[in-house]
Amino acid sequence: MFIAAAVSILVVMALALVRALAGPTLYDRVLAVNLFGTKTVLLISVLGFLTGRPDFLDIALVYALINFISLIAVLRFFDFKPFRSITSTQIILKEHPPDE
Amino acid sequence: MNDLLDMVSWICLLAGSFFAISGGIGILRFPDFFTRMHATGVTDTLSAGLILVGLMFQAGWSAPLLKLVLILAFLLLTSPTATHAIAKAALHGKQVPVLNPAGELSSKS
Repeated sequence: MFIAAAVSILVVMALALVRALAGPTLYDRVLAVNLFGTKTVLLISVLGFLTGRPDFLDIALVYALINFISLIAVLRFFDFKPFRSITSTQIILKEHPPDE
Repeated sequence: MNDLLDMVSWICLLAGSFFAISGGIGILRFPDFFTRMHATGVTDTLSAGLILVGLMFQAGWSAPLLKLVLILAFLLLTSPTATHAIAKAALHGKQVPVLNPAGELSSKS
């Protein structure tokens, strides 16, 4: 029964990877990567019980912490401004107009 | 008693796997960012809780039970927070929900 849960979690991770690669916007990719990270925590827990080594739960706990912190960091990086709204070339052109 | 615990644990694991797969199909098939976020944000918390509760029934009264409770509490705290943060960032990033043919927001129809 652990094998069925592990296989279904792996299927969900594959579907989330497809959306992360094909997502039209940045936020689709972030959402898919977040889903992938949560499912990774569950997969590590299930694998720990499947192989009879519950020490894997420590790794799952640390992975859950890292997943949440990295998601908030990525969203802070992209928050409150549209992605690729101002490129560095536009900033340079704004500070040094070409007709001067 | 042991068989009963096993049965409850398997039911929880299978239900969690079902909700996880439905969330995975939802993130792949839905047409819009916000509908995708709805599909994953709802089923993510539920499937994580069901699978971890199913593992708790297998763990019994031991040290792994405490770690499973910690993981479950952390996921229940952070998963809705993460979904909320993504939705807020998407709204600030000028994402607009898909409209239905009548021109209203889809959630109001």
